Amino acid sequence: MLQIDLWKRVTIWLVCVIGLMLALPNAFYTRVEQANDAVAELVTKGETQERLEIAGQWPGFLPSGLVNLGLDLRGGAHLLAEVEVEDVYAARMTALWPEVRNVLRAERATVGTFRRQQGPDSELRVRLSNPDGMSRALQVVRELATPVVTLTGAGANDIEVSASGDVITIQLSDAEKLASDDRTVRQALEIVRRRIDEVGTREPTIQRQGADRILIQVPGIGSASELKAIIGTTAQLTFNPVVGRGSDENAVPGVGNKVIPSLDEEGVYYTVESAPVVTGEELVDAQPAFDQNGRPAVNFRFNPAGARKFGDYTAENIGSPFAIVLDDEVVSAPTIQSHIPGGSGIITGNFTIEESTNLAVLLRAGALPAELTFLEERTIGPELGQDSIDAGKVATIIAFAGVLVFMALSYGLFGLFANVALIINIGLIFGALSLIGGTLTLPGIAGIVLTVGMAVDANVLIFERIREEIKAGRGPAKAIDEGYSKALSAILDANVTTFITAVILFVMGSGPVRGFAITLGLGILTSVFTAIFVTRLLVVMWFERRRPKEIEV
Amino acid sequence: MRLRLIPKETSIDFFTKWRLWLGFSAFLIVLGFVSFMVQGLNFGIDFRGGTTIRTEATISVDTGTYRDALAPLDLGDISITEVFDPAFDEDQHVAMIRIQAQDGGEAISGEQISEIQSALNAVVPDIKFVSVESVGPKVSGELIQTAVLAVVLAIGAVLIYIWLRFEWQFALGAVAALVHDVILTIGVFSALQIKFDLAIIAALLTIVGYSLNDTVVVFDRVRENLRRYKQKPLADVLNISINETLSRTLMTSVTTLLALIALFVLGGDVIRGFVFAMIWGVVVGTYSSVFVASTILLRCGVTRDWSKKNKPTGNQFADIDA
Repeated sequence: MLQIDLWKRVTIWLVCVIGLMLALPNAFYTRVEQANDAVAELVTKGETQERLEIAGQWPGFLPSGLVNLGLDLRGGAHLLAEVEVEDVYAARMTALWPEVRNVLRAERATVGTFRRQQGPDSELRVRLSNPDGMSRALQVVRELATPVVTLTGAGANDIEVSASGDVITIQLSDAEKLASDDRTVRQALEIVRRRIDEVGTREPTIQRQGADRILIQVPGIGSASELKAIIGTTAQLTFNPVVGRGSDENAVPGVGNKVIPSLDEEGVYYTVESAPVVTGEELVDAQPAFDQNGRPAVNFRFNPAGARKFGDYTAENIGSPFAIVLDDEVVSAPTIQSHIPGGSGIITGNFTIEESTNLAVLLRAGALPAELTFLEERTIGPELGQDSIDAGKVATIIAFAGVLVFMALSYGLFGLFANVALIINIGLIFGALSLIGGTLTLPGIAGIVLTVGMAVDANVLIFERIREEIKAGRGPAKAIDEGYSKALSAILDANVTTFITAVILFVMGSGPVRGFAITLGLGILTSVFTAIFVTRLLVVMWFERRRPKEIEV
Repeated sequence: MRLRLIPKETSIDFFTKWRLWLGFSAFLIVLGFVSFMVQGLNFGIDFRGGTTIRTEATISVDTGTYRDALAPLDLGDISITEVFDPAFDEDQHVAMIRIQAQDGGEAISGEQISEIQSALNAVVPDIKFVSVESVGPKVSGELIQTAVLAVVLAIGAVLIYIWLRFEWQFALGAVAALVHDVILTIGVFSALQIKFDLAIIAALLTIVGYSLNDTVVVFDRVRENLRRYKQKPLADVLNISINETLSRTLMTSVTTLLALIALFVLGGDVIRGFVFAMIWGVVVGTYSSVFVASTILLRCGVTRDWSKKNKPTGNQFADIDA
């Protein structure tokens, strides 16, 4: 009846010991954190005496996983950004124009002369002077299409070409738009990650959320504005042929051209061709440097494809100016002096050293494919987080002590067993959190406190049941045994339902709420474990030793 | 000697005054509903967009000064409240400034934040901005949808689970109790105009879980007793079951409340609203599992002893729906 196999006993104790070992580092949070950092630095930056010393603060054979502290506890910045995926459609159309121009030019005999028309950014409209050649024109333009590789859109092409009257309209197909959106968001995610890594902060969270959003959380950073400055800049670098220079903002640029301001010279506007010769995507390196006059500048180097394009263009256009354009502002517009074959160059402007360094970082990390709009931003100061941790600690300890005393008063020795289980339970929650790399948030602390209150529930159910069995005249061993087995269905039903809500919270919630769902869910698992295994084992061990004739619960 | 919250044996009849209890609940629900219609909920920025700034200074907060400092910035509706907490130091004065969502943008722009900060800095030199949170209208709309969906999903999932484990009458009783708890909690948040944000949704769902926990324990016992006392009227079986589990119901509520009250008093002002919701939920949930869930179960009746298919005698309620 009251027997538990040896292997079960060993397993139960083993689970407890492992859980507590995993939880142990959290008791020495700062020390372990420093040691972990030092260990990481030993690998990346090499050994120094100091690092070895700090790394030695925590013995290597012990687990060193820590519970991550959420932003609300540690302080930091949180941003939710939406990627303006439609930006890319316009860029694609602009890039397509030269190709369309080339194929139509080859067919000039049939299609006559043609001009690009004004239209929405996401469309390319071309008017033919000879509408009779339309079918031929459609045919050659359609040959530019390439199939889209998707799971569902088999056979779909990347562009849709249609004709109405004498105008050809080219736009991205729906399948390609979907594929393009996905690529854009992935690319943006990657670039945001690279930029944040370049700055070198600890444990940033950068995740895709939904179709076109990116969630960015960086602990320890001063403010969300700072973070936005790092990731929000598009840093779109292009090299465009210059058509003209003037002081009129509203000058008529002509189709395929655009008027953009100069970065440094106030009131100066350049008319440049919209389609760039080379873009920043073809950069392989960018470094802060100084020009021959000793002013801060940025050195850059193209990849082979970019170098070839740049080389060809400079060879063909000696004597004419071209513009280095950063985020739709002309940084400088030098005149091409000679053929530049090597694929490297220098950007000069009125930079400070800091600006040139930042620009180099941004260029190196790559340009964001599209602009980011920030939907949500939160900055939590480190003091507030520390206050919350302190308050949470005190509250948890008091809550804990209150429940322990109450249980001991209510159930005597059995209450003490439940208390031991409760202590183990808290240890297990922290152990599990460390193991899965869960994040502790302020509502998460509330979840733990709630678990402290509710964890005793399973024990209360059992003890009340044992009381009833004793009242019904059963002997001690029988009463204990029946108490556990009869209470089991109520315990399971009650906890499964709570667990369901925890799961829903986890799936639907975000940030702090999710933290709460994690501690609540883990708390349910560990409290069921401690109630039906640990206290039972304690009771059975006590019973085997004492063999009491009657028990009082 | 043991601490006991109630006598060893109780035989309270919970159903003689069932009209009174249901009436009482209905009255509170109506009250909450009226408050909800009249003054609505005090939504936090999570749900209606906008910006909150938490400031800290060593000199005491004068909301008038703050308001005057911000007036020239033309930010629309601004509310400034001073925050009190026993855990604060003597020279720690905290204020929450809430600014409505700005036109034409999502999250507030960095320039606007720095304008606000320098305006306040001019009047309160040592002011610190311990947190700045801004949510755009797009996200806040979605957050409301997600929150409502989460609560509905949770209740739906629970309905199905109890239906599978028990009978549909039990599920109905449990869900009636849940809806009762959720409505009353929203009602009290509306009546007292406590800030209603995402964390409160988490609290609501926990209340759903907790209330259910309680209800299920009672129902589990009802199911067991229905098999044991085949001839007793349902009302008696329910009374016996509630009395038998009463000690446990109260023990668990008290330990949970002990823990929550500690958090309410000592946990700081940031989560006080959240903890308040949970305390309220535990009280209401305990009440509803006895007085709402069981009463509904009694009104609906249960199919007894379904293995034998013979109608139980003396159960006046069994024919209503069964």
